[in-house]
Amino acid sequence: MSIEVQHINKTFGTFKALNDVSLNFPDGELVALLGPSGCGKTTLLRVIAGLEYADSGRILLDGIDATDKDVRQRRVGFVFQHYALFRHMTVFENIAFGLRVRPRGERPSEKEIRAKVTRLLDLVQLGWVANRFPSQLSGGQRQRIALARALAVEPRVLLLDEPFGALDAKVRKELRRWLRTLHDELHISSIFVTHDQEEALEVSDRIVLVNKGRIEQIGSPREIYDRPATSFAYSFIGAVNEFRGHVEGGYVRVGDEKLHFDGRDFKDGQQVIAFSRPHDTEIVSDDQSEDGVSARINRILGSGSVARVELVANGDAREGRKDFFEVEIPGAELQTLGLSTGQRVKLRGRRLSVFSDQNGNQTS
Amino acid sequence: MAGVAASFDARSSTAGKFEANPATRDSPWVKFVVIGLGLTYFAVFLLLPLIAVFTEAFRKGAETYFQALVEPDALSAIRLTLLAAALSVPLNLVFGVAAAWAIAKFQFPGKNLLITFIDLPFSVSPVVAGLIYVLVFGLQGWFGPWLHEHDIKIIFAVPGIVLATIFVTFPFIARELIPLMQAQGRDEEEAAISLGASGLQTFWRVTIPNVKWALLYGVILCNARAMGEFGAVSVVSGHIRGETNTMPLHVEILYNEYQFAAAFAVASLLALLALVTLLLKTYVEWRARHSASEEHA
Amino acid sequence: MARNINKRVLPGFGLSLGFTLVYLSLIVLIPLSAVFFKTAGMTPAEFWAAVASPRVVASYKLTFGASLLAALINAVFGLLLAWGLTRYTFPGRKIVDALIDLPFALPTAVAGIALTAIYAKNGWIGGLLEPYGIQIAFGPPGVLVALTFIGLPFVVRTVQPVLEDLETEFEEAAASLGATRWQAFQRVVFPALFPALLTGFALAFARAVGEYGSVIFIAGNIPMVSEITPLIIITKLEQFDYRGATAVASVMLVISFVLLLIVNGLQAWTARRTGRTV
Repeated sequence: MSIEVQHINKTFGTFKALNDVSLNFPDGELVALLGPSGCGKTTLLRVIAGLEYADSGRILLDGIDATDKDVRQRRVGFVFQHYALFRHMTVFENIAFGLRVRPRGERPSEKEIRAKVTRLLDLVQLGWVANRFPSQLSGGQRQRIALARALAVEPRVLLLDEPFGALDAKVRKELRRWLRTLHDELHISSIFVTHDQEEALEVSDRIVLVNKGRIEQIGSPREIYDRPATSFAYSFIGAVNEFRGHVEGGYVRVGDEKLHFDGRDFKDGQQVIAFSRPHDTEIVSDDQSEDGVSARINRILGSGSVARVELVANGDAREGRKDFFEVEIPGAELQTLGLSTGQRVKLRGRRLSVFSDQNGNQTS
Repeated sequence: MAGVAASFDARSSTAGKFEANPATRDSPWVKFVVIGLGLTYFAVFLLLPLIAVFTEAFRKGAETYFQALVEPDALSAIRLTLLAAALSVPLNLVFGVAAAWAIAKFQFPGKNLLITFIDLPFSVSPVVAGLIYVLVFGLQGWFGPWLHEHDIKIIFAVPGIVLATIFVTFPFIARELIPLMQAQGRDEEEAAISLGASGLQTFWRVTIPNVKWALLYGVILCNARAMGEFGAVSVVSGHIRGETNTMPLHVEILYNEYQFAAAFAVASLLALLALVTLLLKTYVEWRARHSASEEHA
Repeated sequence: MARNINKRVLPGFGLSLGFTLVYLSLIVLIPLSAVFFKTAGMTPAEFWAAVASPRVVASYKLTFGASLLAALINAVFGLLLAWGLTRYTFPGRKIVDALIDLPFALPTAVAGIALTAIYAKNGWIGGLLEPYGIQIAFGPPGVLVALTFIGLPFVVRTVQPVLEDLETEFEEAAASLGATRWQAFQRVVFPALFPALLTGFALAFARAVGEYGSVIFIAGNIPMVSEITPLIIITKLEQFDYRGATAVASVMLVISFVLLLIVNGLQAWTARRTGRTV
């Protein structure tokens, strides 16, 4: 089912959770709503579900206006962060719940319910826990049961709120691979909320990046990672080195040093932030080089094919610059450069991405 | 989503998160019926009796009212009530703290049984509570003959009243402290000891500040019950006017003598005490929540 | 033991536990045991005559019947009040919430005479009912009124915290699965509340069974009709029938202990069910 969100606004007291959000979720995709804590992503998910009403704007489900429809009529499957399994019911009863509360005329027979619940239990590979209570299951198992319960009512769309948030790292990895496989099997339109960029990049077909109640960028994981559209997108996704300064000819001037870049789109004197991914950052062992920002090597990690070098700003931390840098270089190059801890070097970006820094409110 | 969660909480304390949530909101007529029935019940069983006490007390005018309060027997009843509370509350306070310290900070066998025993006086009828002291100290009781020989009066005298009051208020402070101190564990005390504090310093500077609101809460409830106890005290008192009458017993005597206005006048003092108790209790609850939410912030 | 005490980090174990045990024994355990020692000194026939005479049996029926009914009334209206106080905002909510505990704070004798004044023939409510031939004070209905009053806070105060702590998630989940509001209450909320409701009911019942002060003013105390068991004990004492009083008291004590065990069991069940300690 397609979901369309038009000009949604939502305020809690003085806090603006969603600010004129418009979005299209195409049919059958697994979409991640990604953003930092408090960015409004969960609120958006709850507005789509009908668990929260927007102050203004419209929600279209399959092209039909559902803005005023009750959560009970929207036929969306919602999976809660803390599962919200009914404690006094067995796993079986939990999954059967949505079928048993249907009006008498639409309610399946006991036999049909039994068959369906068994099928769903098999789907989530937990047939053997049918008669247990939620308290007797592990976190990962509870999450899978919560998913099966949501699927039982044959929802038109599946909404998952931080589905792996409460799980430990190992189970989280397993479960997200499993969710991806499940989605490939069922092809039900799904939206999941996460603050974990790695999770979004690995699992989803498409990422919606949210910040401060607004959408920053929409795109495939590849696009989001390789071509961040805004400075927020750049700093939120993946590790990044950040340099602040202003434009001066073909350079970004950072303090009294400069970084070369192709500055056609910028006026002289404009405040900017320049980003460079660790693998796109170069180390120049000559600290007298004219191009580059100086730093001191703090630690060298890893001795395999790729080495990670951690650096700190050289000497006194100068204004407008982050103090820590990270550079990934091939192990061989590490040898050639002959780098050692404590050494003073300069840093340069191979592919420097520069964004104007109007308000200077960089989220870090 | 810490930001959103925080604003949810802020809302819940002010306007009711349940009414703002489409999944937990009840239809207006359900709300109307529930509140209507609930408040009617509340009014008939709680509010009316409270109002009746004061209306009846002033039925014969303010003069009769104050006369009933300054009459010597009334004053003596007030004194005895204050005495009983002044003895039983501190004793039960010391007991409550000691019991909570032992139970919450140490492991020993039979702990659950001990907790059950501490709760016992709550489930014993006040009349039985009075009776047991008669069986121990009364003329036909275990120590009765010996006490009589030495001319010590416990039953039908002030000591009996104090004992009965201690019994019925026995668990109040302990049962506020035990669960709280158990939940707090002993990490902070161990930290204090490891930093060189003595046992007493640890107790006064770490333990007591952590439980002060629960302690106060227990004291307030304990005091209310101590001043208001009727059944147990009635059994051991002997109803000697001006000597062994507490305020509730004095109310009974006046009432049985058909001095209704005077009975309600003394009763109104006790009702005021109840209202002050509720006010203090609400304040302490509010303060305790307040300091708890500060800790979480 | 000495070895263990030396190993404890925190001081004061021996002192605090010792004091606790001595005080508990002196004030509670030894005096209570007097009831059973005294009863043990009676012959079975004597005991039976004291605890099973028609007048005493009639008092059991009244005491337990009225207590049960009062606890049931409080279960229904207590749940209603707890729901209203946690789920809705309305003017005066905080005052109502604070006054719910009035029966805990108001001396029972005061409650007794106040209720009598209201429910007597010339009282505010008694006067309204009198034309219909309904008489509440000075009869069994009066006992019921007094026991309802003193048991009122128990259900509200046990259900309320559970209702407050219940995450909205459960009702949201039910709604997203298509349940109506009533279905969500009936199948999701009520089962979660039930152990607390039962605990409150049992507490109210236990309190009512032993109640004396508020009842004797309004009951009329007519033997065989409106005489409660605690009053039987008092009457026997006043007639210097110590053995009879003690025998009846021992019956009440045993019942109290059983009720206490039931309540403890229920609270453990509530804790398991809701993950909170009561």
